[in-house]
Amino acid sequence: MATVKIRIPTPLQKITGGAGEIEGEGNDIKDVIDNLESKYSGFKERLYDEEGKLRRFINIYVNEEDIRFLDGENTRLNDGDDISVIPAIAGGAC
Amino acid sequence: MVDFTEEQIYRYSRHIILPEVGGTGQRKLLEARVLCLGAGGLGSPSLLYLAAAGVGNIGILDFDVVDMSNLQRQVIHNTDRIGMPKTESAKEFINKLNPDVNVTMINEKLDASNVLGIFGDYDIIIDGSDNFPTRYLVNDACVMLNKVNVHGSIFRFDGQVTVFKPKQGPCYRCLYPEPPPPGMVPSCQEAGVLGVLAGTIGTLQVVEAVKQILDIGEPLVGKLLMYNALKTEFRKLNIRRDSNCPMCGDNPTITELIDYEQFCGISA
Repeated sequence: MATVKIRIPTPLQKITGGAGEIEGEGNDIKDVIDNLESKYSGFKERLYDEEGKLRRFINIYVNEEDIRFLDGENTRLNDGDDISVIPAIAGGAC
Repeated sequence: MVDFTEEQIYRYSRHIILPEVGGTGQRKLLEARVLCLGAGGLGSPSLLYLAAAGVGNIGILDFDVVDMSNLQRQVIHNTDRIGMPKTESAKEFINKLNPDVNVTMINEKLDASNVLGIFGDYDIIIDGSDNFPTRYLVNDACVMLNKVNVHGSIFRFDGQVTVFKPKQGPCYRCLYPEPPPPGMVPSCQEAGVLGVLAGTIGTLQVVEAVKQILDIGEPLVGKLLMYNALKTEFRKLNIRRDSNCPMCGDNPTITELIDYEQFCGISA
């Protein structure tokens, strides 16, 4: 079981009680997200669609790499890995 | 020197003495054609530095008028110009800053019917738009026309910058294949944005555009620069071309432009 840091983007911080960084545990990404759901209810719903797939406007990174180009949700984790949840943002001229 | 007036040599002297720019580079800047999408939060600082740098042909696309609430971050407009079209206000600003710049005002809303015609006149597109339908339209048009898209976006205290260069790196759809459904992502009208953050991100976009024009340094292609103002933290993440990308992948499924339903983050 690896202990990892998860960076939570501003729009999702409502679920983590305002925390921008939380600690998580798990062998892979899926594990970590499952474990977080028990602590922060509603977390999973924000990341997954109705079919149980990761939402396409949210990317998850382990350190500097997108998990889609690693092993997806099965990407194995090591202690101290830095996980980032990065949603698309569109703001500019507004 | 390559056909500069004395005034130009003096105006651009701090550029010309840089070995990476020189007279040749300054000539490239004067001949460059750059389109700014939006003359708002990101567009204002972009336009300011493009004009100061002597980028000779600047297009400004915006259909909005200057509003009091814009002035917290949209630094090329001012209180006297409230109610004036942003394109006109921006042109006035640029003309006073640097008479070398030819400004084209495009007072239109971008859609599938006009985007290819408008982009055709430019080498580099600086995307400072404020909504997802436009972001996707811009991406797709840039891939189709093989134009460099310097992408910037801001939200509250966070900013993102990257350069989408067709054939050399990923496109926006490699990163996010589809726009989020309406209401899933808040807009900054709803959530607020630190005014100066627009300056940070808009000027970083110009840095990348200038590097593209001069062909110097390491471009932000295949890298997503993330800036968090509260933490004073810059991070660079790798973004890759997705061979399954619906737009620039090996078997693209999107072959024509799409006008996504216009929505903003505020639930209808």
